[in-house]
Amino acid sequence: MRKTVSALLIGSIFGMGIAISGMGNPAKVLNFFDLAGSFDPSLVFVMASALAVTAIGYRIVFSRRSAPVCATSFDLPTKRRLDIPLIAGSAVFGVGWGMTGFCPGGSIPMLGLGNVETPIFVLSMIAGIVVARTLRQRATRLATA
Amino acid sequence: METAFTPYAALVGGGLIGLAAVLLMAVHGKIAGMTGIVAGVVPPLSSDWSWRAAFLIGAIGAPALMVALGLMEIPFQVPVSTAPLIIGGLIVGVGVTYGGGCTSGHGVCGIARFSPRSIAATLVFMASTFVTVFVIRHVIGA
Repeated sequence: MRKTVSALLIGSIFGMGIAISGMGNPAKVLNFFDLAGSFDPSLVFVMASALAVTAIGYRIVFSRRSAPVCATSFDLPTKRRLDIPLIAGSAVFGVGWGMTGFCPGGSIPMLGLGNVETPIFVLSMIAGIVVARTLRQRATRLATA
Repeated sequence: METAFTPYAALVGGGLIGLAAVLLMAVHGKIAGMTGIVAGVVPPLSSDWSWRAAFLIGAIGAPALMVALGLMEIPFQVPVSTAPLIIGGLIVGVGVTYGGGCTSGHGVCGIARFSPRSIAATLVFMASTFVTVFVIRHVIGA
């Protein structure tokens, strides 16, 4: 219960942040990348501010606590080496982000605005996740068979 | 389509995104990456799907509430037609699954931990997005 309520509140803070920052507005996101056209540098400020708060906040959390409030341990990715799926997947993600102006974190909160474009994007993205997941499972099965 | 430069809203909004990332780590011990959170509620569900669902409901509900209460105007314009929206959505879903994250997971949480994988992923997707926008707007001229 405590877990669900806190996740709901933290999600709300995230959603407000996306809405206020402009990170969920495809026109604004695309203009950030359009240096040769209608450039809008706002997103540098979003990323800089989010990064500064997170980097400092993480430091405080990791130095003060040996475990999170509602869980037994911090669930952190341990892989550090670069590999092909990471680089290729990120390059592919950029193509989709550049085509639409929507990224996963920016799109989900915009579902709350009740427009038609966001659900079209989000459903397509979920279909993409399902396809990629299935292909990956098949590849691991073939590799281990 | 021109958009206004909004540095203060960007700083405040970015700060809230960071605050959410820090709180999710402090309380749940989780990375605030939208790719992972969404993937966990897409069947087959992950075992800890309930906090993910609650996070998503909050993330969608907050902007809805802001609009309903008339707290602020949330600018939203999509200068993209339906077909590229669908194809682009599919591409994003495939890319973030293989890449293991997106702007929130790699771009904010990962870089904040100085993860070499996240720094590389972010540089690659920013470059790829820049090239894609350049090609669409200035080469094809759409």
